[in-house]
Amino acid sequence: MAQFKEIHCTINGKPVVTVVDVRASLTDMLRNDFRLTSVKKGCEVGECGACNVIINGECFNSCLYLAAWADGKEIRTLEGLLGPNGELSDIQQAFVDEAAIQCGFCTPGFIMTAVEILESGQRYTDDELRKLLSGHLCRCTGYENILRAVRKTMEARLERQ
Amino acid sequence: MYDLAALYEANSVEEAVALRLQHPEAQIIAGGTDVLVQMREGKRAGKALISIFGIDALRGVQLEADGTIRIGSLTSFSHITKDPIIQKYINVLGQAVDLVGGPQIRNAGTIGGNTCNGVTSADSASTLFAWDAVVELTGQNGIRRLPIRDFYLRAGVVDLKPDEIQTAILIPKAAYEGYFGHYIKYAMREAMDIATTGCSVNVKLSEDKKTIEDARIAYGVAGPVPMRAETAEAAAKGQPVSKETVSAFAKAVLQDVHPRDSWRASKAFREHIAVELAKRCLCESIRLAGGEL
Amino acid sequence: MRTSVGKSIVRVDAFDKATGRAKYTDDLCDRSALVAKIVHSTVGNGLVTAVDTSEAEKIPGVVKVLTCFDVPDNPFPTAGHPWSTDPHHQDVADRLLLNRRVRYYGDDVAVVVAENEVAAVQAARAVKVSYEEYPVLLDVFDAMKEDATQLHEGFPGNILAHTGFRNGDYEKAIQEPGLICVEGWYDTPTVQHCHIENHICFAYMEAGRVIVTASTQIPHIIRRIVGQALGIPWGKVRIIKPYIGGGFGNKQDALYEPLCAWLTTQLGGRLVKLDCAREETFVSNRVRHAIRTRIISWVRPDGSFAARKIECYSNQGAYASHGHGVGAKGMNCFPQLYPCANVEGDCWTVYTNRPAAGAMRGYGIPQAMFAGESHIDDIAKTLGIPPLEYRNRFVMHQGYVDGFSKNENYYDTFRQVLEKGEAVLEYKKKYAQYQNQTGPVRRGVGCAVFWYNTAVWPISLESSSCRMVLNQDGSIQVQTGETEIGQGCDTAYSQMAADAVGIPVSDVHIVSTQDTDVTPFGLGAYASRQTYIGGFSIKQTGQLLKERILKYAQELTRMPVSNLDLQDGKIVRVPDGRVLMTLGELATEALYSMTHSEHITAESTYQIKSNAYSFGCSFAEVEVDIPLCKVKLLNMVNVHDCGTLINPALAEAQVHGGMSMAIGYGLSEELKFDPKTGRVLNNNLLDYKLSTFMDHPHLEARFVENPEPTSPYGTKALGEPPACSGAPAIRNAIFQATGVAVNQCPITPHVLFAKFQEAGLFEEV
Repeated sequence: MAQFKEIHCTINGKPVVTVVDVRASLTDMLRNDFRLTSVKKGCEVGECGACNVIINGECFNSCLYLAAWADGKEIRTLEGLLGPNGELSDIQQAFVDEAAIQCGFCTPGFIMTAVEILESGQRYTDDELRKLLSGHLCRCTGYENILRAVRKTMEARLERQ
Repeated sequence: MYDLAALYEANSVEEAVALRLQHPEAQIIAGGTDVLVQMREGKRAGKALISIFGIDALRGVQLEADGTIRIGSLTSFSHITKDPIIQKYINVLGQAVDLVGGPQIRNAGTIGGNTCNGVTSADSASTLFAWDAVVELTGQNGIRRLPIRDFYLRAGVVDLKPDEIQTAILIPKAAYEGYFGHYIKYAMREAMDIATTGCSVNVKLSEDKKTIEDARIAYGVAGPVPMRAETAEAAAKGQPVSKETVSAFAKAVLQDVHPRDSWRASKAFREHIAVELAKRCLCESIRLAGGEL
Repeated sequence: MRTSVGKSIVRVDAFDKATGRAKYTDDLCDRSALVAKIVHSTVGNGLVTAVDTSEAEKIPGVVKVLTCFDVPDNPFPTAGHPWSTDPHHQDVADRLLLNRRVRYYGDDVAVVVAENEVAAVQAARAVKVSYEEYPVLLDVFDAMKEDATQLHEGFPGNILAHTGFRNGDYEKAIQEPGLICVEGWYDTPTVQHCHIENHICFAYMEAGRVIVTASTQIPHIIRRIVGQALGIPWGKVRIIKPYIGGGFGNKQDALYEPLCAWLTTQLGGRLVKLDCAREETFVSNRVRHAIRTRIISWVRPDGSFAARKIECYSNQGAYASHGHGVGAKGMNCFPQLYPCANVEGDCWTVYTNRPAAGAMRGYGIPQAMFAGESHIDDIAKTLGIPPLEYRNRFVMHQGYVDGFSKNENYYDTFRQVLEKGEAVLEYKKKYAQYQNQTGPVRRGVGCAVFWYNTAVWPISLESSSCRMVLNQDGSIQVQTGETEIGQGCDTAYSQMAADAVGIPVSDVHIVSTQDTDVTPFGLGAYASRQTYIGGFSIKQTGQLLKERILKYAQELTRMPVSNLDLQDGKIVRVPDGRVLMTLGELATEALYSMTHSEHITAESTYQIKSNAYSFGCSFAEVEVDIPLCKVKLLNMVNVHDCGTLINPALAEAQVHGGMSMAIGYGLSEELKFDPKTGRVLNNNLLDYKLSTFMDHPHLEARFVENPEPTSPYGTKALGEPPACSGAPAIRNAIFQATGVAVNQCPITPHVLFAKFQEAGLFEEV
């Protein structure tokens, strides 16, 4: 027998209400109900990181997060990073400039983890950055340019402070 | 979409206990990083779930009046690692759970879930064994506490009564005061992996740092459930801080561990690694405790 | 004039991908789609005797259950090769949409279509299949035994194909006195591509035709194969390819497009989606051929070769797919890389009960390089010659011409790339420093070279088509039959087109979506061919468009065409350099002219009858913790000569990705099989050990740019080459560090444990 739940949450700064099938994952909810298709499905068991989103300031693989748990939460996806006039955020621009994007399928998840890292306001070594980014698999880049993009943005933000 | 029959959500421990009694067939779900994976695999497909994810009272680390460190069962790995109490008194636990999966998994996975699933490879478990941790369970008749080694019954099965949920992990003051520890996760890669073998050691040295007053060592994946290596502990206890002691300690481990052959690793390989890890963990623990080898 | 080619412009799709707007197959599928789930066989070798669908059909939401007893009897080939009108050169047609005769654990037996995913999964689990079981054959040598079960009719001994070559006289040459014989067996594993987007497709019918949107590298080839599998005219099929989340060769095969297309025909044309789970991608798509290679070298004390021999046993798995082409390509590089007058080779491609092996980045060359370049270090060690010096002396020299492909080594590329790589890693210094180490933790350096052919001529057809359409503002749309799958060809093509026409690259709009109804015919993304092959048709079509533009400019300006040129989007009078008008002005006039209205377009096909060697090398530095049996990769350098770089930044990025794949190949990746059932034990991203962010060292990619004379843009293969030489470089570095020659990859701690034990290293440290 189908079971549904009404969810009140904030998605990319906007309060929303939706009714979800309790069997749905947050990936299902974001992709299907809100058409936030930056949230990608790569394994559906938390091993690839393609579905990563920020929930209350921390990154989660949305495939392993029940949509029912989203009630009352503040959720951010890649779609929420653009500026008011559609301008790229610094980290998105860095991914573009550093050729850190190839097929692009792991990109949204990576960028959201980078956002969590950058918002900590801390400086990390390369080894620390590698660890902080290690919840994502990429088969195209060898991670090299992704590391460059995150490091460059981190340095630029710390410089500005 | 998960193939789950129903979802019952608890917002308090009382509600969780009531739901346990009402739905004895249902599976408890905390952070979801194991249960949902198994459900998708088909192992728990079609089951009802009792979600305790919403019980915020079970999150966080506290230092109780008697010095006991209390870790709420829903505290995520990343919160344990970042917690100042953990960092100050039992940093090795924070380091151990910082090796679970990857960052997103550490944000989702909970220490309660990691112990309640009863698996031997859990990165938190060997360190909790080494710290003589106590598991707190809450049921309809109140609270029950038992040493973590008694909590594990057999592979995948823990001593959780039909009305209970795990509410905290406790580390008594006597267990950590004066002890320093080190954990090594041996896995096939540096991230996103489960332990081939995990080894956690902590020691207490004499005041002059010349004698090992106490040594504890625990393993994951050295048997069906996490375990202590008591022969090795006895071989180090009261012995001088020396390379010979380390060597005797490490070799003695083989009398305690009993890993098995599986497609993931052979028994011989796991035994070899267990000895090497014992050696390295003890050396590092001694160093952290201020001893010199 | 080169204004765009050679510049590191930003990828044309970067903005869309950085914002998450780029639409991949699943993003385009309507939510009303029915969901298809395949029932896979649970035996590794057998015959389906019965399928009971009654329980499955009772599950609410289930629309249809179809089985191997329902499918049309149209055996079809799946390899993403160009079709051949010569029946002897056609791929082996050994598949049906669903199979009664199951040949691997995970074969496709039945399919469930339901209104939602949960019902489909439940129903797929509820289908009961009965089998007659045969012994499982996982290894080539078991499959080749006389009494082994035959997997396919017409292939005795399970040998799909055997080819060989005989140059000179091996038997006579080995009689030379004073020769030293070095012999080794080298084993490579079954690995999977692991693109992050799984294969997915959806199909529906419109106007009596079947439309399939698919995550594929080869839309035009898929159209043909769907037509063959369904037994319908190829024109009744339309394939659409949106953005693709990586392919690496797995999607250079018809995967589930034919089945999905057939399903919609069984459901009155309703929309059906078939989305592979990661677990299915590992088992029921394609894998890389595991190849066992034996090499015998007869060398003189100075290191020169008197005679050589190679035998390759290529594990095809259950179905032919790309078949013998992969093993044969590997074998055929052997006589060329280190030329020798007397050399013999044999390659057997053998059906087994493993998942079907197809194309994967490198197409036989990573296997061949692991064997061949490990063997070179074995020779160097035997003779006491430093391995880099050995390579510099004996690897293919400038001027070498291959008799078959007519490829020529125009430059002294090998020595150039080795010199550069040596300098970046400081190889010689470290090599000296790391000799004769003791203690538990030791370091080593290693190197390896590779050879790779660009494109597939003369084995198969090479042609490319391009269309350019001029807009009112002087910008153009460009379409080719070649396919963007993440590697960046859309960007390279935009740069090429800009230069061919004479406009800024910002005025080039590449059409990334391939649609076989509207895209010019092309073959797709494989064989590292696209930049090379696409270049011909882009240049030709650009020139054609330019001619038409200048002809129209002549009408408007009354200047002779010979005095006109198109530069940076402007019509220029060459003798005095005056700008007469912009291309936008001309294009607007041309479209809206009351006297001569013309939509200026150009389209052409170029058949390419050449090929080009692409070369390079890898250097690796490792630290081996002997008691822990662990290798830490400290540094890795690849140097490539892929001709002129079209976009240096993208080229560098692509090399990083290939190096990454080589790291996994060398150290950690392999599919593991249950020996009894043939079941893949580690079909998920936790147990299949892709190298993670933390397992990667800094990757250094360098280039030697020797323009390729046969290419209009001086370019040649780069897509696959970076994956070819990394694994043997790592192996050779471990060899230097420990003195232990490991002749199999991946070199995991389990392998090292056994090898170190055998070598007595644990007692030593």
